Amino acid sequence: MTKYSLKINGKIQQVDVEPSTPVLWVLRDHLNLTGTKFGCGMGMCGACTIHLDDAPVRSCSLPVSTVGKQAITTIEGLSVNGTHPVQKAWIEHDVAQCGYCQAGQIMSAAALLKETAATNRSNLSDEDIDNYMSGNICRCGTYLRIKEAIKSAAGK
Amino acid sequence: MENIDTQSRRSFLKSSVLAGGGLMLSLTWFSKAKAAEKIPELNLSEHWSELSSYIKITTDNIIKIFCPNPEFGQNVMTSLPMIVAEELDADWKNVVVEMSPHDNVKYGSQFTGGSNSVRMYWQPLRNAGATARQMLIEAAAQTWGVPAAEITTKSGILSHSSGKSAKYGEVADKAATLPVPKDVKLKSPKDFTIVKNSKKNTEGSKIVTGKPLFGMDYRVEGMMIAMIQHPPAFGMKLKSFDASQALKMPGIKDIFSFKLYDDGFEQASFDTRTFNELIAIVGKSTWEVMNARKKLIVKWENAPETKEIINGWGGRKTELIIPSGLESTSVQLAKMQEMAKMPAQQYRKDGDPETAFKNAATIIERTYNAPFLAHNCMEPMNFFAHVEADKALVAGPIQAPGWMEPTLAKILNLPADKIEIQMTRMGGGFGRRAYAQYVYEAARISQKVKAPVKLIYSREDDMTYGIYRPMYTATYRAALDANKNLIAFHVKGGGIPENPIHANRFPAGAIDNYLAEGWEIRSNITIGAFRAPRSNFNAAAEQSFLDEVAEAMGKDPIDFRLDLLKRAKENPVGKNNEYDADRYAGVLNLLKEKSGWGKPENSGKKRGVAAYFCHNSYAGHVVDMVIRNGQPYVEQVTSAIDCGVVVNPDAAINMVQGAVVDGIGNAFYGALTHKDGVAEQNNFHNYRIIRHNEAPKKIDVHFVKNDIDPTGLGEPPFPPVFGAVANALYKMEGRRYYNQPFNSGFS
Repeated sequence: MTKYSLKINGKIQQVDVEPSTPVLWVLRDHLNLTGTKFGCGMGMCGACTIHLDDAPVRSCSLPVSTVGKQAITTIEGLSVNGTHPVQKAWIEHDVAQCGYCQAGQIMSAAALLKETAATNRSNLSDEDIDNYMSGNICRCGTYLRIKEAIKSAAGK
Repeated sequence: MENIDTQSRRSFLKSSVLAGGGLMLSLTWFSKAKAAEKIPELNLSEHWSELSSYIKITTDNIIKIFCPNPEFGQNVMTSLPMIVAEELDADWKNVVVEMSPHDNVKYGSQFTGGSNSVRMYWQPLRNAGATARQMLIEAAAQTWGVPAAEITTKSGILSHSSGKSAKYGEVADKAATLPVPKDVKLKSPKDFTIVKNSKKNTEGSKIVTGKPLFGMDYRVEGMMIAMIQHPPAFGMKLKSFDASQALKMPGIKDIFSFKLYDDGFEQASFDTRTFNELIAIVGKSTWEVMNARKKLIVKWENAPETKEIINGWGGRKTELIIPSGLESTSVQLAKMQEMAKMPAQQYRKDGDPETAFKNAATIIERTYNAPFLAHNCMEPMNFFAHVEADKALVAGPIQAPGWMEPTLAKILNLPADKIEIQMTRMGGGFGRRAYAQYVYEAARISQKVKAPVKLIYSREDDMTYGIYRPMYTATYRAALDANKNLIAFHVKGGGIPENPIHANRFPAGAIDNYLAEGWEIRSNITIGAFRAPRSNFNAAAEQSFLDEVAEAMGKDPIDFRLDLLKRAKENPVGKNNEYDADRYAGVLNLLKEKSGWGKPENSGKKRGVAAYFCHNSYAGHVVDMVIRNGQPYVEQVTSAIDCGVVVNPDAAINMVQGAVVDGIGNAFYGALTHKDGVAEQNNFHNYRIIRHNEAPKKIDVHFVKNDIDPTGLGEPPFPPVFGAVANALYKMEGRRYYNQPFNSGFS
C-alpha cells in the first residue's frame, strides 16, 4: 500500500492504496465518488471518463501511481449544481435513457468544448463530434441527442 | 383498481405521517423536472398525507408520486407519474417522483419488460390519480360545506363558485381520512394537459451530475465487494480449486465455492441456471478482489448432462434436459441445417399449402440465420445483499422483483415478508435483468460471510456468463402462380434452444394457403429474453423475405404489404390473427407519406422498408443507405409507430431513435459466438457495439395519432430495423444479406 495525495475536484484527498489501483476504483471505492462509472475495465467504452488536467482519460486504465500532481475532475466536480453548459444542454435535450454512460459522455463532451474553445467553438461539425466522441459507447443509442446537445452547448 | 381499498386504507392511516428511511429514500428523494421549477426544500420529517400507495401530499402542496416499476431507461419514472398527475389534476411543477418499494400487493406486478409498463399501469394509475382527486374534492366539500359536485380542480387547486379555493395540500390531511370512492370518472383524452405533453426526465438532473442512482453505486457502511469465478466454458463445471495464494492477497476476506441452487431445487420460469457451482472472492475493495481472483488456481471438468425441474407459469412442471458437451458455433450451424430438413411441429395451417406449392409456377425459398447476442447492458450485472439470520435486504438493478422474491425466499429459507427488495435505477436491461441469478449469488455470498456484500460482474463475466438472445434460423417459401399471385406461404423456423415462430402474425390471415412450423435444439448455453424476443429475428427474416417476394411479383414493397393487409381486413384467412390490419396499414401509410416513398425526388436513394407488429404495437422504418469510406452506412431513417396514446412524446421519440440505433448496431455487428464452449467475445474490443460515428445523422419519428389506450413502445420499434437495413443493403449492393451480423458479408 502507498499513500497518495490527489487533487480531485479542487480538493486534496489522501488515499492509501496499491499503486496499480485504477483511478476509477480509487474514486468509487475509496472516495465514494460513484458518478464515474465502471463499464469495461479496458478503456473501450468511455463510461469511466474523467479529466486529468484538461484532457479526457479513461480512469479504469489509469493507475493511481501515474497521476502525480495532475488535477482530476470527475462528473461531481464538473460544475456546482450541474450548471456546466454541457450538463444544461443534456437536460435541455433530455438526452439520457438509462443514463449509465452519460457521465462519461458529458466528461468527453466538456473536454471537446474546452479544446475547441479558443478556435471555432460554435462551428463543431458532425465529424468533429464523431471523431472525438466515438470512444464513448451508449447502449441505449442516444447518440443523436448527444450530438445535438454538444452543438447547442458549443453555441453558448 | 386493486391498490385502493378499505383494507389497505387502514394500513395507510397507521402510517400517514411518513418519515421514510434507508438509503433508497435518500437516493431517490428529489426528482425534479427543471432547475427553473424550484420547489421548496424538503426535510425528511416533512408531514406527508398518504392518499394512496401512489400519492402523498404535503401541507406545502408538494405531491410525491411513486413509480411502481423499475427504471431501465424506458423513462417510466417520468411517464408513469405523468399518468397519475394527469388524473389528479396536479401541477407538474410540484410533483416529485420516487421509486416505490417492492410490494406486489400494493403495486401489482412491478415488472419492467415486454413493453408492458405503460400498457399495464395505464388504467390503474389513472384510477389512482382520479380517486385521490375525488377524495380531495370531498375533503374540500366537507370543509366548506358545499356539494362536492360544485367543486372543480385545476393544477393542484380546488375551487368553488363562491370564490373559495384551496391548494391540495391544505385539505390533504382530511382527504386521507375519507373513505375511498369507487368508480371514479376518468378524463377524456381530449382534456389531457400533462399526458401527451412532453415532460423532461424526472431524474435528468441527477444523471448529469453523477448522483448515486444505480446498483453499482449502492453502498452501506461495512459493505464488502464480491466477485464470482465461473467456468471458462459452457459445458464445464468446477472440479477443485486452490485459493491459498489468493487468500494471502491484501484486503481479501474469504474465498469459497457455493451452489446457486440446492440439489433437486425446482426452478421458476426465470430462474435460469447457467453454472450451478461458482467460486466467490470476497474482499474490501473491487481492485483487491480483482487482483486476488487472478491468483486463484482452479481446475474445471466437463459437466455431465443435467436435469432441471422447472415450475413454470400456472404451476406447469416440466423437466428440462441440459446436454453435456462443449459447443461451437460452426457445429451448431451445421446441426441447425440438419434439423431444418427434419419434420417439425406444426403451429398453424390454413388451406392446402402442399397442393398450392405443388401447383406453383414459381417458388421462392430463402433461409435466414442469426447468432446469439449478448445484452451488454452498460452497467454490468451487480447486486447488493445483506442476509441476516431472520431477514434479508437486497438492492440493485432488476427488471422483475416479483419473480425473484419466491426463489430468494426458498434459497435463504426466509419468509417472503422478511425479504426487502429495493429497485435501483438500471444501467440498461434489454431483458437480461429479468433473470435474477446474480441476485441469488449475492444473497448466497452475504449469507456465507454474514455481512453486507455487493456482487459485481466484470465486463468479461457479464459477456461470457450471459443469458443470450437465441440462435435462430428460418426458411421461408412463397408460391406464386403463373400470374405472379401469391398463393401459398410457408415458414419453418428453428433455434437454439427455442424457435422463433409467431404462427398467428402477419402474413398469416392474408394468404389462403399458409403453414408455420418450428423445431428446437437443446443447448447448455443459456438463453433468454432480449429486446423483443423472437420478433427481433422474425422482423429481419420475414420482412426481408417479403421484400424479395414483392420484387418477384413486380410490386412495390409497401403496396404489396398493404394489399395483403387489405385482404386480412376484408376477408381474413383462419382465426386467431393477432394483429389489427388497420393499425398495421396505418403505420405503412404514415411511413409512405413521411418518407416520401416512391416520390421522384427520392428515386436515387438506396432505401429499405420494413414494418412489424409485436408487443401490441406497430412500427415501421424506411432506411436510407449510402456508401461511406467504402462501407454501407445508414444515413437517415424515417420511423412510423402506432402505440396508441403517446404519454411523453419527446421521450418516446428518444426511445424510438435509440431502438433504431440499437437495431442498426445489432444487425450490422452483433454476434456472440462460441468455440468449444468458450465465448469468443468477452469485452468491447471484440464485441462490436455501434458507436457515435456509425449512428444515422437523422432519425425522423412519427406517431399515428389516436386515443387508443397505450400499447407499449420499448420493443416494437426495434425488430423492423433489421429488416429495413437488410432491404436497403440489397438496394445498395444488388445482393441479399441472409446471415446476421451483416458486416460478416461486407466486401
